[in-house]
Amino acid sequence: MSEPLIRLENVSKSYPGTEAPAVANLTMDVYEGEVLVLVGPSGCGKSTTLRLINRLIEPTGGKIYLKGEDVTDIDSSVLRRKIGYVIQQVGLFPHRTIAENIATVPKLLGWDKVKTSARVDEMLELVSMDPAIYRDRYPKELSGGQAQRVGVARALAADPDVLLMDEPFGAIDPITRDRLQNEFLRLQQDLKKTIVFVTHDIDEAIKMGNRIAILREGSEIAQIDTPEVILSEPADEFVENFLGSGAILKGLTLKKVRDIELHDIPALEMPVMRDEALRLLESSPEKTAVLLDKDHKPLRWISEASLNRTTQPIEKSGKPITIDLQPEDTLQDALGVMLQSSVGMAVVVDRGGRYLGCCSIESLASLIISDSGGQAR
Amino acid sequence: MEFFNNWWGFVSTRWDQVQIGLIEHSVYVVSVLGVASVFAIVLGVVTRRSPLARELSLAISSVFLTIPSLALFTIFIPLVGLGFAPSFLALLLYSLLPILRNTIAGLDGIDSSVLEAAKGMGLTPTQVLLRVQLPLAWPVIIAGIRVSAMLVVGVASIATLVAGGGLGDFIKSGLARLPLPNSFESIWTGTLLCLLLALVIDISLQLLRRATISKGIR
Repeated sequence: MSEPLIRLENVSKSYPGTEAPAVANLTMDVYEGEVLVLVGPSGCGKSTTLRLINRLIEPTGGKIYLKGEDVTDIDSSVLRRKIGYVIQQVGLFPHRTIAENIATVPKLLGWDKVKTSARVDEMLELVSMDPAIYRDRYPKELSGGQAQRVGVARALAADPDVLLMDEPFGAIDPITRDRLQNEFLRLQQDLKKTIVFVTHDIDEAIKMGNRIAILREGSEIAQIDTPEVILSEPADEFVENFLGSGAILKGLTLKKVRDIELHDIPALEMPVMRDEALRLLESSPEKTAVLLDKDHKPLRWISEASLNRTTQPIEKSGKPITIDLQPEDTLQDALGVMLQSSVGMAVVVDRGGRYLGCCSIESLASLIISDSGGQAR
Repeated sequence: MEFFNNWWGFVSTRWDQVQIGLIEHSVYVVSVLGVASVFAIVLGVVTRRSPLARELSLAISSVFLTIPSLALFTIFIPLVGLGFAPSFLALLLYSLLPILRNTIAGLDGIDSSVLEAAKGMGLTPTQVLLRVQLPLAWPVIIAGIRVSAMLVVGVASIATLVAGGGLGDFIKSGLARLPLPNSFESIWTGTLLCLLLALVIDISLQLLRRATISKGIR
């Protein structure tokens, strides 16, 4: 790999009066454009490590380099303006409007009013908040999720290369957290920032990280690698315990629906007669068919039994299809949809909602088995 | 009603004295509050990182408040003579505690995550103080200034005893001539004007508060 953007070299931090150092002799590289997640039990020193990078905490030993430059050679305030910082409690300025909050660093850097104001609107749009509505509001008028969106917008406003995030979604309800994580991943695809992300939640680490550093006490690296490798080859017992049971299920968040082979089941396109449908089902090894409308959008699950049970028109027999998947969804989402579905399958559609195929529990199971076969080698 | 007529007669024949008393009294209040606010806020800011210095300054300003006011006005006579100066100093020491205590409370009450974010974004310590800490502590500080204002309006009537003028003149002369004609009227004049002045100043500070506090923290 190329030259690291951030390099921690034998860094340590101890506090007077405490024997065990918070960070002991840590060496770690962060490469340009990657999301490196620091994960570990509480008190392992992961937040301290993060705060060493922007010098909110000064190391007692070792060196930290940003783009090859020793950070202690840079004035700490100047350094911090080049590094975005997002914290769990957000810390918006309650006496400033949303726009003023986002404009904080651009203003410190002396941007002119026109450029700053345009940037504020751009940032609000980036985090899916309508500038016309939110620009002049105050933080107390925002929900927790909205506040953290503004927190992210504020951190990105001056276009820093590096973003430090300290449990940014930790205080947000699970549904909103999931949405923010997905939005953030989508943002990062375009922005390609170098991000160091701290969390205590291994699931979040697996979801967000290009690489994960699992830390134990004293910020000692137990394992640092891609989520795939960590899940399939945990370095030691500590990592295994930290991953917890269900590492395979966690691995499902790493794979997408497009990674598995779609199951081909009979598809009936409207308008279709019952007799025709029955004939097709009888001639197929499958017990279920998908009924599509004339735009190829899935409508219902149709089985032989459901057709025989009633004389209703075909578009009223069988079970309605309420949820569908897209190729970009994770296999974990797919598993959830399949378990909810009455037929143990989920339909996969493209962005336009047109039918692509089905994925079944069987195809998921065979993927898992082939993966864990690889693990046992 | 008869008393009111008598009192009105007393006031209306002494407009010039009433004006002088009001002006002198207001000058005490405004100058003392101005200097005390600056001094107490600076003291609160300077001592914010040292618990020892903070406790010490709180203790000293509490002592000032417990010294009998009559005594406090007279202690300074040997140093600065009679008139405005000893009264000003006494009132200044008197008014420090509420403002200092509220400055400390206001700075302490700021959400630590706001300060962490401010620092993390690259605000210098001075910028953090001026752009974040003081604006956020200001509602609490101005509440302290209002308490001090009420204290000063009341206690400033003692200035008359060290020849410092003010509305206390009416009260003192009334007391001295009791129960001669116009003595009660004189005492009432001093008292009512003090109340009126207190009201006007409190309303002004309330308006100042509204004008200077961000909508986001109201």
